[in-house]
Amino acid sequence: MSDLDQFRQTVHAWLEENCPPSQRRPITRDEQVWAGKNKTFPSNDAKLWFERMRDKGWTVPEWPVELGGGGLDERQAKILKEEMKRLGCRTPLFDLGIWMLGPAVLEYGTEEQRQQHIPKIARGEVRWCQGYSEPGAGSDLASLQTRAEDKGDHFLVNGAKIWTTNADKADWIFCLVRTDPSAKKQEGISFLLINMDDPGVSTTPIELISGESEFCQTFFDNVKVPKSNLIGELNKGWSVAKSLLKHERKLMAEIGGDTPGPSFGPVQAALEYVGLDSSGKLADRGLREQLVSHEMAFRAIGLTHFRSFEERMNGVADNNVPLIMKYVGTEESKRKEEVLMAILGHRALGWNDTEFNDDELLTNRGWLFSKALSIAGGTSEVQMNIIAKRVLGLPE
Amino acid sequence: MTLVLNEEQRLLKDTAKDFLARVMPVAALRELRDQKDELGFNPNHWQQMVELGWASMVLPEAYDGLDFGYMGLGAVIEESGRTLAASPLFSTVVLGSTIIIEGGSEEQKSTFLPQIAAGTLSLALALEEKPHHQPSDFATTAVADGDDYIINGEKLFVLDGHSADYLIVATRLQTGTGLFIVDANTDGIERRRHHLIDSRNAATVRFNHVRVKASSLIGNAEQGQDILNTAMDYGRICLAAEMLGAASECFERTVAYLKERDQFGVKIGSFQALQHRAAKMFIELELSKSVVLDALSAIDEKRADLPQLASLAKARLNDVFELITNEAVQMHGGIGVTDELDIGFFLKRSRVATQILGNSHFHRDRYASLCGY
Ligand SMILES: Cc1cc2nc3c(=O)[nH]c(=O)nc-3n(C[C@H](O)[C@H](O)[C@H](O)COP(=O)(O)OP(=O)(O)OC[C@H]3O[C@@H](n4cnc5c(N)ncnc54)[C@H](O)[C@@H]3O)c2cc1C
Ligand SMILES: Cc1cc2nc3c(=O)[nH]c(=O)nc-3n(C[C@H](O)[C@H](O)[C@H](O)COP(=O)(O)OP(=O)(O)OC[C@H]3O[C@@H](n4cnc5c(N)ncnc54)[C@H](O)[C@@H]3O)c2cc1C
Repeated sequence: MSDLDQFRQTVHAWLEENCPPSQRRPITRDEQVWAGKNKTFPSNDAKLWFERMRDKGWTVPEWPVELGGGGLDERQAKILKEEMKRLGCRTPLFDLGIWMLGPAVLEYGTEEQRQQHIPKIARGEVRWCQGYSEPGAGSDLASLQTRAEDKGDHFLVNGAKIWTTNADKADWIFCLVRTDPSAKKQEGISFLLINMDDPGVSTTPIELISGESEFCQTFFDNVKVPKSNLIGELNKGWSVAKSLLKHERKLMAEIGGDTPGPSFGPVQAALEYVGLDSSGKLADRGLREQLVSHEMAFRAIGLTHFRSFEERMNGVADNNVPLIMKYVGTEESKRKEEVLMAILGHRALGWNDTEFNDDELLTNRGWLFSKALSIAGGTSEVQMNIIAKRVLGLPE
Repeated sequence: MTLVLNEEQRLLKDTAKDFLARVMPVAALRELRDQKDELGFNPNHWQQMVELGWASMVLPEAYDGLDFGYMGLGAVIEESGRTLAASPLFSTVVLGSTIIIEGGSEEQKSTFLPQIAAGTLSLALALEEKPHHQPSDFATTAVADGDDYIINGEKLFVLDGHSADYLIVATRLQTGTGLFIVDANTDGIERRRHHLIDSRNAATVRFNHVRVKASSLIGNAEQGQDILNTAMDYGRICLAAEMLGAASECFERTVAYLKERDQFGVKIGSFQALQHRAAKMFIELELSKSVVLDALSAIDEKRADLPQLASLAKARLNDVFELITNEAVQMHGGIGVTDELDIGFFLKRSRVATQILGNSHFHRDRYASLCGY
């Protein structure tokens, strides 16, 4: 048996032994464990599962062991992910620090900054949010206006961010701020970490079409930020942000597995809500065509994820492939939600109504949530611009 | 399962690319068309392909084959799509030899396979009877008569049908499907060549009371349909590989044109209306690459999901090749509809390839049924 097969067996056995059965069922929104200094757990099992994974370093499997990670290489991490998926194990910990900030600090941070932030993220002790977008700076992020003035021993931050997911629940925020207003757009920006408890930081929630309010507007009013909170060089924040966007794109491309939704997939739902006719085909041929088109595209996307991974492992990586995955992943997720809505018919239309079961209610929530996927983390149109220019080399 | 070519396969692909660009560019097809060539392919070119080992690549070593697998052959076929190279490779090797390998008797194998490997024997599969692909329930009949069978019926859209040395004809037996391998010059066989839009060839083949020996039946009535299904799936996958190559080439030529053509004082590639459509095509090609590779590896690994992969690959490449050829014409503007530009050859090949072994509706329907809905 190869080392990797051996590893797979060990991982599988450990998960079997340590993941409580209740943590192997599909997760609902209320059951996610989010990082934070005032962490709450939806159940004892969730707490137990989180603690066991944390102690293994498997909340962040690929980070260095001495900083609280699991020290796995990419192949091992993939095996862990696959085995978790096979057993249905839930993601034990949710946090933007894991998905986005951590990798940037590992890449750009000083040794002190790594020591200060990475272990806390690994252990889920702080919750992070992302302060990029502003009312006047969305796709054109580099036109952002939030100022950080150099006051000798600290920065003085003034301005407003918008669409800050979970800012009202976060302990810290990583921000893009303008440190040199006279420089060209991209060149006067720095990457700054701000404690949400600092005087002058405030948030107001924004309600979404899905009825939730996970977005906020975030205000900075004469906030004093220590100079040691600068990641990377002064006025070089744009490179940090770009590298971080890579992680965000990857995350968004893979999203779907962990987003709360109904417990059935489209095929299962179709068998239940549409049914087969005497020829063994879905009774509604139009829906059948819609469904199979989605299923086939979904499979092609899965195979492309796999190909991209294999290419990296074999040292023949095509760096263009990851650039398409955010677009295809999110657009196909949206299509899946449309297909599900169509399959459930009017049973998908209930809103906070006990006449409908949980799966039916979650179907339209998932559908509404999915609309944001092709906006957040760089809109689909922006992804297309990137492919056209960076990959195909088409002129400006 | 692996979706990456190994060193040997990559080398093979590069060699194929060089050879095809040098010897069989699109201009070679244009020449065949303009000269109204009788065969529809250049035997000298075919001989060179044989020398490169392409005819023997997937045949078993016991019969002079290289047993190199479909990941390798698929890579070659993909490259052949780039130059729209016309040859008997598909009919003879992918469809024909698969049927013999899967269902043939020891005698049939040792008679036919070494000749295929040597490039001295060509085959054609006589399958279709209607305007659309129909892989079973044939109207052509084979009725037992003493030690012989008598075949009656008409087969349409028989690729390489007019030039093949032997025909494999799919028939209805009293029960089940019978595949017979028949000398194309047997009494009662009447072949009419057709010229198609893609400048390759197909024929109508009539079987008028054709008497064949029982020993020309491949497998038996029970196995016939399964053998045929396997060969058709290999065919669909290899055709998808060819279409991927052709679509990629057509796309790359179009992107090059977007960077070269000036209008309104700028390169037309700077217009976002064209950029996003080009990006969309790129995405579809990347997804297609993964699907084709996985389907080829499913053949080599004899995986149980082969039929699904075959339908996934064929449906996808039908759609993507159509999209890309249409866009290529459009983005070339007026010159895109001229015969002088090669783009029209790709457009025409796309529509022929789509009709071979099932259009997208056929394959989506099949995929859904295979998945239980
Ligand atoms: C669920 C969700 C969570 C988010 N979380 C965060 C967060 O935590 N922190 C944060 O900082 N931000 C967050 N965002 C904000 C997100 O990054 C922005 O919404 C996004 O960058 C788009 O900016 P915008 O909303 O201003 O749209 P705009 O940029 O105004 O775009 C409007 C439309 O114009 C199109 N468009 C814009 N420019 C071009 C162009 N050059 N070519 C073609 N079309 C173009 C867009 O594609 C879009 O369709 C979140 C957004 C969502 C939906
Ligand atoms: C069958 C036929 C008959 C014709 N008959 C005549 C005739 O009798 N008399 C005559 O004078 N002409 C005639 N034409 C020429 C015709 O008017 C031109 O082909 C047409 O105007 C397009 O110009 P082009 O071919 O140079 O393409 P281009 O202008 O080079 O266009 C190439 C591609 O770029 C796109 N493109 C160009 N500009 C933009 C933009 N700003 N934004 C987005 N996309 C853009 C186009 O849509 C096209 O897809 C004929 C053409 C055809 C095909």
